[in-house]
Amino acid sequence: MQVTAMDIYRLLPQTNCEDCDEAACGEASCMAFATKLSEKEAQLELCTEISSEGFAKLESLLAPAVREITIGNGDKTTTIGGDEVLYRYELTYYNPTSLVIDVSDNLSDAEFTERVKVIEETEFERIGEMLTLDAIALRNASGDAGKFAEAALKLKKAKLPLVLCSFDSGAMKAALEKVGDERPLIYAVNESNLEEMAALALEYNCPVAIFSPNDLEKMKQMSRVLREKGIEDIVLDPGTFVEEGIGDSLDNFVMIRRLAVEEQDEDFRFPILGIPALTWLYEKDEIQGGIREATIAATLMNKYADMLIFHGTNIWELIPVLTLRQGIYTDPRKPQAVDAGLYEFGDLDKDSPILMTTNFALTFYTVEGDIKGKTNAYLLVLDTEGRAVDVSLAGGQLNAEAVADLIKETGIEDKVETRTLIIPGLAAPVSGEIEDESGWEVLVGPRDSSGVPDFLDKLKEKS
Amino acid sequence: MDKMSQLLKLLEKTDYIEINEFRMDFEELELQIMPAMQRVVQQAVTKQAAIQETIKTMEAIDFVPPIKDYPGEVAQVQLGAGSRKPVYLGGQQALYRFEEPQPNPPVVTFDVFDIPMPGLPRPIREHFSDVMEHPGDWAKKAVKDFGANVVTIHLIGTGPKVMDKTPRQAAEDIEEVLQAVDVPLVIGGSGDPQKDPVVLEAAAIAAEDERCLLASANLDLDYKRVAKAAVDYNHAVLSWAITDINMQKTLNKYLMKEGLTQKDIVMDPTTCALGYGIEFSIDVITRTRLAALKGDKDLQMPMSSGTTNAWGSREAWMKNDAWGPTDYRGPIWEIFTGLTMMLCGVDIFMMLHPQSVQILSEIGSTFTKEYLTTDVPDISNWITELE
Repeated sequence: MQVTAMDIYRLLPQTNCEDCDEAACGEASCMAFATKLSEKEAQLELCTEISSEGFAKLESLLAPAVREITIGNGDKTTTIGGDEVLYRYELTYYNPTSLVIDVSDNLSDAEFTERVKVIEETEFERIGEMLTLDAIALRNASGDAGKFAEAALKLKKAKLPLVLCSFDSGAMKAALEKVGDERPLIYAVNESNLEEMAALALEYNCPVAIFSPNDLEKMKQMSRVLREKGIEDIVLDPGTFVEEGIGDSLDNFVMIRRLAVEEQDEDFRFPILGIPALTWLYEKDEIQGGIREATIAATLMNKYADMLIFHGTNIWELIPVLTLRQGIYTDPRKPQAVDAGLYEFGDLDKDSPILMTTNFALTFYTVEGDIKGKTNAYLLVLDTEGRAVDVSLAGGQLNAEAVADLIKETGIEDKVETRTLIIPGLAAPVSGEIEDESGWEVLVGPRDSSGVPDFLDKLKEKS
Repeated sequence: MDKMSQLLKLLEKTDYIEINEFRMDFEELELQIMPAMQRVVQQAVTKQAAIQETIKTMEAIDFVPPIKDYPGEVAQVQLGAGSRKPVYLGGQQALYRFEEPQPNPPVVTFDVFDIPMPGLPRPIREHFSDVMEHPGDWAKKAVKDFGANVVTIHLIGTGPKVMDKTPRQAAEDIEEVLQAVDVPLVIGGSGDPQKDPVVLEAAAIAAEDERCLLASANLDLDYKRVAKAAVDYNHAVLSWAITDINMQKTLNKYLMKEGLTQKDIVMDPTTCALGYGIEFSIDVITRTRLAALKGDKDLQMPMSSGTTNAWGSREAWMKNDAWGPTDYRGPIWEIFTGLTMMLCGVDIFMMLHPQSVQILSEIGSTFTKEYLTTDVPDISNWITELE
């Protein structure tokens, strides 16, 4: 449940910092600060007037429904959890799902180094943002404590934080002796190793995962025991069943999150871990396996997974996963839009071509990527309240009158002598109306902006 | 140190000893437990007591599943009658299957076109290139080879700028498909707001009493004519609004004024593709389903997704070596788009790629099962079992 600004205001000093020129929180009043706090846009620490008792009360009131946990330290961290709501439209989802790739401790030196390099270097640029992976899961596949520790030591040099995967507390201890100071996630506590793993989590001050496949009652019990021992950073793995059992996995994920958000059940107020990598226990074909592993990842990411461990590293498998994550974790309160107006690309003169598109961020960055450095053109960007071409056409934000106004407002008519506007292929249905309204000639451009440079070249040849 | 002391030194931190291939011959044996051994035993006893204590604490904690009651329910819509094998959409009385399993699994329909569709992406064309000249053959292949339980026939060729086929020709195409398969049909127009109502009316007459889904009625065209055709010839109507829950409500109300009921309407709140606004669809579809279960009568209809929109995304079709082959990217893009909609509450999916259809159907079929009734494998040793 989201805390209201009023709940927060009651606990603030309500001084409005009248005696100061400027309040430390930077807000005009305590009520304004309370509103910011409720929307998670300000930090409580900014308030200098609050008593320590008030601070403690507010801190607990403001604690998110799902505990926020950081794995790793220094410049190698990934943060998970922190969510407040069940549905993203209610507020937003915080801390994008952490994407982790496994590495096993029985690889040869060369294979090990190569795999780590692939994980570190995987990247994909979208809407002006570089999307990358977040952590490495070292798997004690050998079952040998010495090998596990040795491999952990090798990962000290890696650029990403670690998840240590073993149910053998002896192996876990050996690995923690090497990398325990880097705050890896200890995966995982189960019924038979609970005491030893809990002791290690406390000794090394590391977050720890609970593995309780298809048994939420046992999970609740183990969570309670860990909490009573003073362990605060817990991650929950209710088991990922990649075939017909995926329905059960979904149920478990949803129940855990509902218990955390709606019931405020302290034993479940923790991030959830899913393991799409389990696909490879049943599927040996690299392509089929990749498609199915990605599918499991999408299923769980849609329903609250805060961290996912993969085995596949093919870019065609990871691009859709990274893209889905980017979409789910955008802030629904802010339109994904760029400023409307006139943008200039390359060397321009009075005869340069004029293109038009909408101010949906994805549309804009896609068009920008397709023309920048590849052709010279003016680009008119229409305010469609952050909607794509086809959507704004259907919704009426892209209309002849708006385009005519845009031409006038940008003053493009003073910069060029041409009176020809190139509109996106998808906007073809309104080409006639734009001509009537603006008095300009309208050319229908390609449906996809990747075709723009070619389109402009051909246009030049004709003239 | 003598041998025994050395052994005990080694045993200091040991809980137990396992001896392999051990054989000993003796007539009389006397064992002396040394102090170090006693410590080991003592430690083991203490540890056992701690575990017993932990187990006792654990047993005192109960787990109660977070199940809710919902005042509303989603209407059940039947597609297919007459010579068709019917399928049923909707009917949900809860949000998740641990509360109550869905009465009907999500349905996937295959897209079929009345013209050869040169613009279809290669990974799809290669499955259908032999049947694309004839919508009947195309539909038959979708049903026989790829297990479609519904087929969507898009009358793209009727578009004034495409082939400008007459309503009569459209009706003939519908008859061809009806003859070829015995599954229900979704009938789509070309997207031309002037012509679609006329074309859909002709198709509705050709398929009288077969209970097809006429796609679509929206606020930009003569929806009254589409609704009337559905009422007169026993079909259902797809009510299409653009990611706007209020627009959807308004349109549904208008359609019900024309004589359609909740059981005759399927909603299409618009599917924005993965990476191209899918989050807008997530929000609208989630809110629509929640509103239905909370009792909003104007939104208590099953939902449809134009999942094929996913193929419009450049990541799905564009050749780019750095992104890997489109043969795999394309199907995943379609699966992700459909799957995300499915998890928000969509009931019927219009799709193109055989593998996307297969995977989505598999996951969808689990929705009708009860929690913890599926045999699941033992994954407790996954860390060492994974290759």
